[in-house]
Amino acid sequence: MTNRKVIMVMKARTFRRHVKESFKSLGRNSWMTFASVSSVTVTLLLVGVFFVIMMNLNSVATSIEEDVEIRVYIDVAANEQDKELLEQQMKRISQIASIDYSSKEEELNSLIASFGEEGEAFKLVEQENPLKDVFVVKTKKPSDTMVVAEKIGKLDYVSSVKYGQGTVESLFKFIDISRNVGLILIIGLLFTAMFLISNTIKITIMARRHEIEIMRLVGATNSFIRWPFFLEGLWLGILGAVVPIAVVSTAYYYLYDLIQSKLADNNFIQLLEFNPFVFQLSAILILMGAAIGIWGSLMSVRKFLKV
Amino acid sequence: MIEMKDVFKKYPNGVTAANGINVYIGQGEFVYVVGPSGAGKSTFIKMMYREEKATKGDITVNGVNLSTLKNTKVPIFRRNIGVVFQDFKLLNSITVYENVAFALEVIEEQPNVIRKRVLETLDLVGLKHKARMLPTELSGGEQQRVSIARSIVNSPKVVIADEPTGNLDPDTSWEIMKIFEEINLRGTTIVMATHNKDIVNSIKHRVIAIEGGKIARDQQKGDYGYES
Repeated sequence: MTNRKVIMVMKARTFRRHVKESFKSLGRNSWMTFASVSSVTVTLLLVGVFFVIMMNLNSVATSIEEDVEIRVYIDVAANEQDKELLEQQMKRISQIASIDYSSKEEELNSLIASFGEEGEAFKLVEQENPLKDVFVVKTKKPSDTMVVAEKIGKLDYVSSVKYGQGTVESLFKFIDISRNVGLILIIGLLFTAMFLISNTIKITIMARRHEIEIMRLVGATNSFIRWPFFLEGLWLGILGAVVPIAVVSTAYYYLYDLIQSKLADNNFIQLLEFNPFVFQLSAILILMGAAIGIWGSLMSVRKFLKV
Repeated sequence: MIEMKDVFKKYPNGVTAANGINVYIGQGEFVYVVGPSGAGKSTFIKMMYREEKATKGDITVNGVNLSTLKNTKVPIFRRNIGVVFQDFKLLNSITVYENVAFALEVIEEQPNVIRKRVLETLDLVGLKHKARMLPTELSGGEQQRVSIARSIVNSPKVVIADEPTGNLDPDTSWEIMKIFEEINLRGTTIVMATHNKDIVNSIKHRVIAIEGGKIARDQQKGDYGYES
């Protein structure tokens, strides 16, 4: 066996030792394990609940934003050539994603259709259609709506431009604010969590500084000392994610049905589907738990490793 | 061997614990370090296993220059030094066997080697039959024997003991000294700080007396020299 192979074999055995040690010490310091796992649990539960609310609000907001379109009413005086020119000019505006043409006949039909039975009354005006031909414009980013509308308004043969002026601006503003507030709250929660967990783990390690002292005395390298703590933090974080995942998933399963049935006839507020949302959320919670667990334990062990 | 050349140690709080120490301790020697409390005995000993760093001067232990030794290399250096304390420093949550094996696991020794060496060493200190007990189930003298076993299990060239009999009654102290004698007979250098007048005066070895951070007396087969 070559030298390198020997080292590899040693490493694997050492790694198994670290894993074994980390589990043993979870059991040995069961009270502290409980305390750390509880603080991860509480925080991740908060983060989880908050995340569900945030992501759903965000998805509703996005679908509302995507419904925003610009309707460009074409001057009645415009002939086919003029319309084509107008379309060419609009295509040059870079923020535009799509342009659909809808003739005044199509407009009337959809208007009639939208009134259902009562729409029949409008059939009378079919000969003398008072509506205008329309370009329906969608922007790539909803927030560009206002700018694009203004640019189109300046073009020739545009009679008027409508996108729900006033309402859309305040809607976008509201969505923006709520997104930022949500983000700040989540970041705040995560910081609180890290602080909480690193403190709990610090107490655990204070109780074990004796062990670290002895390890250093008999010649353990810093990384050798760090490994079991690193793994322990990882297990603590993952264990702490179990209850929040179970609670949030179960709650979401039932609430989804409940809310969705109440909103059945409302087609623009759609909750995120249980699958894959809950699985994505679970993965995020596990990753967060692992990250704060590892971070907390490494931060705390650091101060005892100064030679 | 251990060599100190013009070693000074000043702590951040202004206390000078080593004030120009020059000493040479050869391989296989047995040395008592005596002196009043606060005279610098502990610092003298701690500098030998690089728990404290000298402010000035050179310290060489086992051929390693401690003044230029990088922090990351300290663990490797410590593997050739056994340290024994007054308060044993055992882990009470694991067995006697595991406490001794710990010192070998940490340096990533092979499992079969660990098993063989731990049992041999426990046999040497007379505790093979208590390998599976917890330290808290043992007497003070037995706990100190476990701690000695841990310090010598990886066959270090030097064993440093800081008042190893400080917490033990006279009879037990003699038993512990017998073990140190045996280790010394195998060629291991022993440096022992002690306040035990009877032992120093009965089992004669080189005596280094530290006073005011300086070597006040260095005497082959010396006496304790203080009223205890």
